[in-house]
Amino acid sequence: MTALLTTPTGAATPAEEPTVPPERRRVPYLLLLPGLLWLAVFFVVPLVTLVSTSLQTGSLEEGYALTFSWSTYSDVWSTYSSQLLRSFLYAGSATVLALVIGYPLAYAIAFKAHRWRNLMLVLVVAPFFTSFLLRTLAWKIVLADDGWVVGALQTVGLMSDTGRLLATPAAVVLGLTYNFLPFMVLPLYASLEKMDPLLLEAAGDLHATPVTAFRTVTWPLSLPGVVAGTLLTFIPAAGDYVNVQFLGTPNSQMIGNVIESRFLTVLDYPAAAALSITVMAVVLILVVAYVRRVGARELL
Amino acid sequence: MNAVVQAVRRHAVMAVGVLVLVYLFLPVAVVVLFSFNDVTGRFNFTWQGFTLDAWRHPCRVPGMCEAVTASLQIGAIATVVSTALGTLLAFALVRHRFRGRESTSLLVFLPMATPEVVMGASLLTLFVNAGVATGFATIVIAHILFTVSFVVVTVKARLAGFDSRLEEAAMDLYANEWQTFRRITLPLAAPGILSGALLAFALSFDDFIITNFNSGNTITFPMFVWGAAQRGVPPEVNVVGAAMFVLALLCVGGAELLRRVRTARR
Repeated sequence: MTALLTTPTGAATPAEEPTVPPERRRVPYLLLLPGLLWLAVFFVVPLVTLVSTSLQTGSLEEGYALTFSWSTYSDVWSTYSSQLLRSFLYAGSATVLALVIGYPLAYAIAFKAHRWRNLMLVLVVAPFFTSFLLRTLAWKIVLADDGWVVGALQTVGLMSDTGRLLATPAAVVLGLTYNFLPFMVLPLYASLEKMDPLLLEAAGDLHATPVTAFRTVTWPLSLPGVVAGTLLTFIPAAGDYVNVQFLGTPNSQMIGNVIESRFLTVLDYPAAAALSITVMAVVLILVVAYVRRVGARELL
Repeated sequence: MNAVVQAVRRHAVMAVGVLVLVYLFLPVAVVVLFSFNDVTGRFNFTWQGFTLDAWRHPCRVPGMCEAVTASLQIGAIATVVSTALGTLLAFALVRHRFRGRESTSLLVFLPMATPEVVMGASLLTLFVNAGVATGFATIVIAHILFTVSFVVVTVKARLAGFDSRLEEAAMDLYANEWQTFRRITLPLAAPGILSGALLAFALSFDDFIITNFNSGNTITFPMFVWGAAQRGVPPEVNVVGAAMFVLALLCVGGAELLRRVRTARR
């Protein structure tokens, strides 16, 4: 699925060598060695360390010992289940929203933009050139109580005079949707772009209404992009703690906030590690279940 | 009336798409606009008047330009190393069949499926357990780690799309392996490697979450913004954000122009 981020994939045609001389057989391993070593030392080993830390007991002063205390997991679950559930709820809502608004954009770029296509693609990526934190802070200005958005909504009567946008779950979900929207649009575009527009014409010739044509032709063909896009939006959104910090309130914290403070402020490493492993496990389970459900198993 | 309905129908998707682009750009516009704000208090949250002060003296905010320098240095080192590692991995994955290819792909993919908090936290536990003090070096290590997969994906896409018969042709014309690689393979792969490097730099320069776990006393630009957000972000910070944006757009525009000039010449 990773490759769906960019353009044509799968068609990875390795040079076919009927008879590989023995010294050539070592080439791929030599190419792999530095990168795999890096990933092993700084990705696999840390994850193992994280698991082992989560099973330790002790304190920062007296040191930790590996006691295989699984109770840390049930403890953090009973203490932080609301933050965990909230993270997945917010991330899920942001993902659905990003799909709903990202799909028309990707569709427009793929089929309607014509000579503006490259420009529009650049525009999708361009916000990344400004700092992520600064853009999230900018939403704070836009959604402020005395800002023009709140003012306009109050004038139209869609919002009560005391209503606010900042420091609400809606603001956090809006921020998450905003931050990860390009990760949704790019894979969607990549899969739509590969589709032959003649298929839609054929559907029309066979008296399919636009809705039927979309439901039976476009949507199924864009599914790989939908899967890749939703995962690339959901995973970072579930672990994010910047949006809550800037746009939410202290009592609507997500699991990222808890992990951050347990690790960096409270220095309660076993609990923080157990929470991290829980997040990682839930994300992986959701990813596998979701990919199977959609039937795009070959993507993983 | 019918014509209006037709027109609305034809352009509805495009209209929605443009609206979504406006949504994407609204905060960028705010960042740029507020870099010209004549702030009186601590907080740069309300518009108070136009001034060029922040643009004239961006470095008068203590610590900010040092943070930008640190980010640029970290980004440069991380980009060079992760581009090298990622390009080698991509070559192996696309151009060779070998045992363990599937599991290698999975291992390269996994960092991208790992939430940043988890990756940052796991690296921190490693450094704590190994007794390594966090700082400049650990940030560089972390940045290489999370950018390398993106380089692999980018370079892989480029390699997958190219015709290996070109290399065979070169060999048929008595080029040895090294000549073939240097004259044919590398130039063809170069755009993919370059975009991978640019992506790596952009990701590194902007990373906050993983850096926050592994930074020690080193302050990168995003770390500086995070700290400043608690006290009130001065407009000079917006100047850096706006300048980066303009600079990146100029690079993209320049690259496109160069490409057009080159294709026109051929």
